[in-house]
Amino acid sequence: MLHYTLSRLGLAVLIVSVAMLILFSMIYLIPGDPAAVALGPRATAAMREALRVKMGLDQPVWVQFWNFFINAWQGDLGNEVLSDRPVSKVVLEQLPYTLALIAGGMVWSVALGIPLGCWAAVKRGSLADRLVGVLSVAVIAVPSFVVAIYALLIFAVSLRWLPAIGAGEPGDLGDQLVHLILPSIAVGLGWVGYIARMVRASMLEVLEAQHIRTARAFGLPDNQITYQYALTIAILPTITLLGVGIGQMLSSAVFAEIVFARPGVGKLVYDAILTRNYPLVTGAVLVTTVLFVLINLIADLIVGALDPRVRSSL
Amino acid sequence: MTVLSIHNLNVTFSTEGGDLHALKDVSFEVPERRIVGIVGESGCGKSTLINAILGLLADNGRVSGGEMMFQGRDLSRLSPREMTALRGPQIATVFQDPMGALNPVISVGRQMTNIQYRSGLSNAEKAERAVAMLRRVRIPDPEAALARFPHQFSGGMKQRIAIAMALMMEPALLIADEPTTALDATLEVATIELLQELQAQIGCSVLFISHHLGVIAELCEDVVVMYAGEVVERGTTRQVFNSPRHPYTERLLDCDPARQSSRTRQLPTIPGEIPDLRARPPGCIFAPRCHRRAPVCDTPPPDEAVQDGHKARCHMVTP
Repeated sequence: MLHYTLSRLGLAVLIVSVAMLILFSMIYLIPGDPAAVALGPRATAAMREALRVKMGLDQPVWVQFWNFFINAWQGDLGNEVLSDRPVSKVVLEQLPYTLALIAGGMVWSVALGIPLGCWAAVKRGSLADRLVGVLSVAVIAVPSFVVAIYALLIFAVSLRWLPAIGAGEPGDLGDQLVHLILPSIAVGLGWVGYIARMVRASMLEVLEAQHIRTARAFGLPDNQITYQYALTIAILPTITLLGVGIGQMLSSAVFAEIVFARPGVGKLVYDAILTRNYPLVTGAVLVTTVLFVLINLIADLIVGALDPRVRSSL
Repeated sequence: MTVLSIHNLNVTFSTEGGDLHALKDVSFEVPERRIVGIVGESGCGKSTLINAILGLLADNGRVSGGEMMFQGRDLSRLSPREMTALRGPQIATVFQDPMGALNPVISVGRQMTNIQYRSGLSNAEKAERAVAMLRRVRIPDPEAALARFPHQFSGGMKQRIAIAMALMMEPALLIADEPTTALDATLEVATIELLQELQAQIGCSVLFISHHLGVIAELCEDVVVMYAGEVVERGTTRQVFNSPRHPYTERLLDCDPARQSSRTRQLPTIPGEIPDLRARPPGCIFAPRCHRRAPVCDTPPPDEAVQDGHKARCHMVTP
């Protein structure tokens, strides 16, 4: 397991480095002079030149990349344009809100999707199975911002059951959780469908396996066969899918944060793009990338912990 | 005393193309402490028979007639819960494919203790029992083997672990579904000797399914020959192998590579194929492929007694 963990960790570091290179190239290739943009139209040529030297833009491109690379790994993503605060600090302030939103969406979609998928697989061909199938496709097909707007209109505006905007009073955990309900429904609803379908398909495959027949022939109880012998295997592709799906969840978090006026990295990027705050956009995207890679690393480690064949194949 | 007595067992599957009569009037007995072999080509209903005995027929299958008496109880009339309680402690099974027979993500020790859940033993006692059983099937370092996973063992070792799991609860009946087919020849002999040895120690009966005639002749005292879901001939191994009375058995024995008396480039085969079981002919099921076919074969054949305990389902048996 140690060998497996280290090799996954090494791969994660490599992926983040490559992502940094791509991100740097994109910034570099954007037309226009960042110093001119930062200083505005009334700056003199001398002021621009001074800033270019201060920002290191007079250096050769590989030196610029190396500085960016080293600084980024040390957590220094530069300062943002509007308030001149460190980008990493600004992004990390917003990160917990987005993490809470994604975690909320993930927890409830997993908690609902896995049992639904198992249930549909065990009762294959029944009315319940078909109902789960139709509903899954339906919720996958609805974009998360549509869910967000309707959830807001129905539960917050018309019924007034739940708060409409914000993330709740800081320090008041109950209030924050209440504020989390609607946005996490918006982020997670489609995932209930994805997970249910994935789990159903892999459960059906595993339930046909010879070792399940053996388990039945040994008179093990049906529940143990379904949830221990079959699900442990059937869950593996779903965990991998969830790791990759975090990317999609991050993008639906942008919509949810805007619709519900929640603080978060998505809202931060949205505002930064509107105000052309490029260092902030870069920093937030980089943090998001690291987050994505980290979650995939965790997914890989969970798969490794569950499947001894994966551990020893490396 | 018989452990399992199957009488006129019928199994039907409902399919889109109509009802499929997979087993028709199957009768045979497994006496106590005896090894009974079931032989037949692929598709003859061996697997359906095992599934029917274990109560594990697919959802579209059902026992449509007859009875399976096991220790005085008809298996076809037991509730799923009662059947689950019998499987494992009373009727254990070793399946054909040792590679896929064990769960790949649960340790061997965990799988071996899980199946003892009805025993009422403590976890330490269950583990002890698992170690003792692994030692009996000659798994090296059985204590360490408990923590390992199936992919860390070779095919022969996996099959021995599967045998250990099956016999750990000292069942009254062991069903061995082609347990050696997936193994190479030397392992096959070793596995059969192991089965024989454990069967004698535990004193269980064995229903041994194989299409390998040599293995059946070596291991089994009684043999049941199946064709297209029917028992065409049964008796002691000596009776059936030395003086087969059903034309199918004759042909099957002729086709055994080990019985070829002269060197030949071409092994004999039985011309034709198994008929569509959705439309069984009213007469003998083997008649279309039979070399001794007569007009009477278009009527249902009787289970003709040849000798004491030796029966053949054929019109042409002349005692």
